[in-house]
Amino acid sequence: MVKPRTLYEKIWDAHVVERRPDGTCLIYIDRHLVHEVTSPQAFEGLRLAGRKVRRPDLTLAVPDHNLPTTPRRDAQGNRIPIADPESAQQLAALERNAPEFGVRLIGDADLEQGIVHVVGPEQGFTLPGTTLVCGDSHTSSHGALGALAFGIGTSEVEHVLATQTLLLKQSKTMEVVVEGELGFGVTPKDVALAICGRIGTAGGTGYVMEYRGSVFRDMSIEGRLTVANMSIEAGARSGLFAPDEKTFSYLKGRPLAPKGAAWDAAVAYWKTLHTDEGAVFDKSIVIDAADIVPNVTWGTSPEDVVPVTGVVPDPESFADASKRAAAQKSLDYMGLTAGQRMEDVTVEHIFIGSCTNSRIEDLRAAAALLKGKHIASGIKQALVVPGSGLVKQQAEAEGLDRVFTEAGFEWREPGCSACLGMNPDKVPAGERCASTSNRNFMGRQGPGSRTHLVSPAMAAAAAITGHLTDVRELLEEKRGEVVA
Amino acid sequence: MDKLTVVEGRAYPFGMKNVDTDIVIPAHWLKTISRSGLGKGAFEVLRKEPGNVFDDPEYAGSPILIAGDNFGCGSSREHAAWALADLGIKVVIAPSFSDIFSGNAFKNGILTVVLPQEAIDRLMEVAQTDPIHVDLEQQTVTTQFQDRFQFEIDPFRKHCLLGGLDEIGLTLGQADTIGAYEARAAGERPWLVPAVA
Ligand code: SF4
Repeated sequence: MVKPRTLYEKIWDAHVVERRPDGTCLIYIDRHLVHEVTSPQAFEGLRLAGRKVRRPDLTLAVPDHNLPTTPRRDAQGNRIPIADPESAQQLAALERNAPEFGVRLIGDADLEQGIVHVVGPEQGFTLPGTTLVCGDSHTSSHGALGALAFGIGTSEVEHVLATQTLLLKQSKTMEVVVEGELGFGVTPKDVALAICGRIGTAGGTGYVMEYRGSVFRDMSIEGRLTVANMSIEAGARSGLFAPDEKTFSYLKGRPLAPKGAAWDAAVAYWKTLHTDEGAVFDKSIVIDAADIVPNVTWGTSPEDVVPVTGVVPDPESFADASKRAAAQKSLDYMGLTAGQRMEDVTVEHIFIGSCTNSRIEDLRAAAALLKGKHIASGIKQALVVPGSGLVKQQAEAEGLDRVFTEAGFEWREPGCSACLGMNPDKVPAGERCASTSNRNFMGRQGPGSRTHLVSPAMAAAAAITGHLTDVRELLEEKRGEVVA
Repeated sequence: MDKLTVVEGRAYPFGMKNVDTDIVIPAHWLKTISRSGLGKGAFEVLRKEPGNVFDDPEYAGSPILIAGDNFGCGSSREHAAWALADLGIKVVIAPSFSDIFSGNAFKNGILTVVLPQEAIDRLMEVAQTDPIHVDLEQQTVTTQFQDRFQFEIDPFRKHCLLGGLDEIGLTLGQADTIGAYEARAAGERPWLVPAVA
């Protein structure tokens, strides 16, 4: 009898080119996404060594991190120059390197452009059972479709470009099981935050996660993308969802997904991609769906999670000394005091976007609350940044852009935007942002910026009230309005 | 990558402990598009201090750096190794290194040598006035004063550095194995290729 295997082990086994005596494996990479920040030195390395890209047909380049989210072309269709010379240089390098090495580039003003982790699934470039890499840690996102996807460094980017392989050691496996039904107003982002809060940012280190249980089975593909995206914030390089009917119907007809007979063969294979009965995980985390509520972060690590109805924790309440010191440092940085109610924390900025929460369902969830409402007077800037040109187009077709702009939001061009301080969208020092992104590190949204990670609906709620807010109250109100 | 067999020359008597990657190369250098040229940013903050070893003409162009415990800790940025390589450093000798840094250094053809603190102290002294000799084949660091320190190194890394073999070059040597895998995968999962037309 064949030994039962986990989903991860099945994908791993199918990609072993060579197994070395010390257990290291040469692993084949099916899909490689390239963006402008981590690729210039990799292409430079190839050029200096006189090497070429082995499989340009498995490689896709798209700029995202440095792009301003203001219009990129003037009325005549000419490029509007990028103010930051270093950003401009990284973007120009990608535009030079892609054609030189025969790699397909989605350009800065193409309709398909967007955040690399939004573009991959949307184009059908990401497929179940594939190995997918990108020089970016949030590559874990693509695990939502059942791809073994993980971030790599620049030398590894070069290695994949040149050889289409990586030298890797097999990871341990961890299942994250959430059974039951999510409560009213609880979203996939809240689930992701709950997991980070529960296991901590180092909890998944050395593991590949698999998300199992009824909550994940019932979750939409976009919700799964949000959860898989944050696997890395819980320390896991990859997080997997077994592909199912939802995955297949999401992918069917996407531009780069297989067609015709190839599609049928692919689906038949994808149906075998699940953890076998009796397969053993190295670690198991079980969370009851009923325990998950709308969450916010209070500190400068994604594990610093509390219910929105909760209070800022007292650093003294942490058991070990280094945690206590870190918590105090976080509170000083965040300008918060122990015991303060999270709902009393006022914000000046709202950011709806990033590879975590910039897809159409995210925008719909936020717009549903904002319809007919206006941002609070204390909000200095509220940004909505769709994850791709296609998301933007879809949202505009549904009239969501008008809901946002009428509510006082700025409707922007796709890109990483205020998720990290690499482009002009930043949160000023000392100011506070309710953000749908994935990292609340010190200085992440700009030097001195203070970030509270939330779901899109919670970001919309904070925009309306001007402070962190339990979205369930506003949803109840909405329900009331509809009935009345 | 250049072969690294014997490195002889002056050494920067640096000696600082817990040098993190921010000290090696500050974050504002991360927006570059080239591995070369980062030498200018190497130890930028320390070089603002008058009399620092890096700007002392006595040590200009030294291929060896002598450092303290836990060299290269902090972020995983590969720029730290690129900056050192660009500065002309071929060997870093310290009592310990961060794992990620020594991996990155190796990928960029830099040898990291771990020696006990007493040896470091002695080498710091010699480096003030005289050259140091590193022999990878023999796994020794020697001086003209009869000092002889033996060091350990992973055999695979040694093999790569001696032969000037970078990991990519080595993997490219297995092109046939990779090609055979591709042929097999194309039979089993034909829908995977091409990903982009
Ligand atoms: S949106 Fe943020 S987390 Fe995602 S790829 Fe861009 S910078 Fe990274």
